[in-house]
Parts: sequence; C-alpha cells; structure tokens
Amino acid sequence: MWKFLHKLASPPHFYDLSAKMIPWFAIIGGIFIMYGTIAGLFFAPPDYQQGDAFRIIYVHVPAAYLSMMAYMIMAISAGIGLIWRIKLSHAVAAAAAPLGAWFTFLALATGMIWGRPMWGTWWEWGDPRMMSELIMLFLYFGYMALRAAIDDTVKADKASAVLAIVGAVNIPIIHFSVEWWNSLHQGSTLLRDGGPAMPAEMLYPLLAMIFGFTLIFGALLLGRVRTEVLFRERRSRWVRNLVCAQEGRNE
Amino acid sequence: MSELFAMGNYGVFVWSSFGLTLIVLLVCIAQGNWHHAAVLRDIKTRIRAMELDK
Repeated sequence: MWKFLHKLASPPHFYDLSAKMIPWFAIIGGIFIMYGTIAGLFFAPPDYQQGDAFRIIYVHVPAAYLSMMAYMIMAISAGIGLIWRIKLSHAVAAAAAPLGAWFTFLALATGMIWGRPMWGTWWEWGDPRMMSELIMLFLYFGYMALRAAIDDTVKADKASAVLAIVGAVNIPIIHFSVEWWNSLHQGSTLLRDGGPAMPAEMLYPLLAMIFGFTLIFGALLLGRVRTEVLFRERRSRWVRNLVCAQEGRNE
Repeated sequence: MSELFAMGNYGVFVWSSFGLTLIVLLVCIAQGNWHHAAVLRDIKTRIRAMELDK
C-alpha cells in the first residue's frame, strides 16, 4: 500500500497514470449525467409544492456538494503538503481551487435561479446558507490571488496552504447553516434522519447526477493536477524527455 | 411536446440552470486544456532557447 502510494506520488508516474484514468472518468461520468439529465428533466414527477422548478436541484445539488468537496480536497491536500512536504499534494491543492470556484459560482447561480420563482427573490442578504457559500467563493478567490502574487512556488504553496486550512472552518458552517440558524434555504433532503425524503423516480436521477458530476470533477481535477505537475517539474529531465519525444512525433 | 419543454411555466428557470451548468462545464474543460497547452508551449520555448545557447 505505502509502496503504491509512494509510486503514485512520483510526478512522472502520476503524469502517465492520470492520462489513462481521465478518459474513463469522463466517459462513465458523462453516461451517468446523461441518464440523470433525461430522467430528471422528463421522467421524474413534478414536486407537489415546487412543480417543475424542483428539477433545478439536479444541477444545483451536485454543484453545491462539489463546491464544498473541492474545498475539502484543497484544504486537506494543502495540510498534507505542509506537514509531510509531498510536492504532489500541493499541486492537488492548487489545482482544486479554480474548479472549486467554478462549482461554487454554479451552486450560487442555480440557487438564485431557483430562488427567484420559489422565494420571490434572487438573493437574500443575511441568509446564512447563501452568505457562507458566498464567503467560500471569496476564499477561493483569495487563495488563487495569494498564489498568483507569490512567484516562488514553494513559498506560494506554504502561504496559500495556511489560508486554505484556516478557511476550512467555513465548511461545517455551510453544511449546518440550515440547522443552526433560520435560513430561507430548505433543510437537507438526502442526508437526513429517516433517509432521503423523495420517491425513487426523483431520487435515482439525483444520485446519478451526483455520481456523474463527481467523476467529471475528478477528470477535471486530474487534468489540472497534470498541468501543475508539468509546470512544477519543468526543469526536470523527465519533462524534457517527454516534450522532446512529443516534438519528434509532431515534426 | 412543447408542454414538455415548458416545465409548467418554470421553463426559463429550469433550462437556464441546465444551460448554465453545461456552459460552466465546457469552460472548465476549455480552461484546463488551454492552460496545459500554454505550459507545454513555454517548456518547449525554453528547451529551444537552451539548445540555441549551446
């Protein structure tokens, strides 16, 4: 196990292996998203209160869940990088940030689009769920700005890792905001006592969307980690050989 | 058929959500590929410069 992990963390090996994994993640994720989209839009029954507007959850829930998952990946990888000085984990943290920011944006935007017909407002200042999610977007921006401001990669890794770890305090706040405070946002539909509050025809497409989005996110993350690895190893022999081999093939 | 796409008068909201999601996913893919290509290009330029120095 440790030997496998050690090998995985070696940049050239990761670079090769991830290239083989990405298409599988993308294809399987794409199939689940296709099923989830078609079943969610056309075959799931309309909600008894929300009508067809509830179908927005099929994109909102995966986006919101992944926006937090990306932050956890970022903070935990940054922590591992800080403690054990594993270069690859800093690369993972740096790669997760822009994706996390995009999914946070998507969660906020689809939430607003849902809020307009359901709550009668696009945005509610002072709503704990919305504010904590918005703060996460700014945490991502801060993390990326800090990295961009420091030229030395090692220093950027350390400084941004501290920011990521401190900001992780926001994650439980987002998750429990609907329980701790009075929020316009409805409570959890899936992770609640007594199981998901949905019939199977609604639930299965949602689970498929969550799983499919997770795989697509995985493919996107792996792709970005590869870019990070390539950049960080730009002066190494294996990158030189790799690039020269590519040149040879192109010419 | 048009009833199917009307989504009980919530069509604008439902379709814009799904459309926006598709756009964000495509942007994520494009951004990643573009960034990767840019890094590769820089490395190639550097290697060429080093070879000219020799």
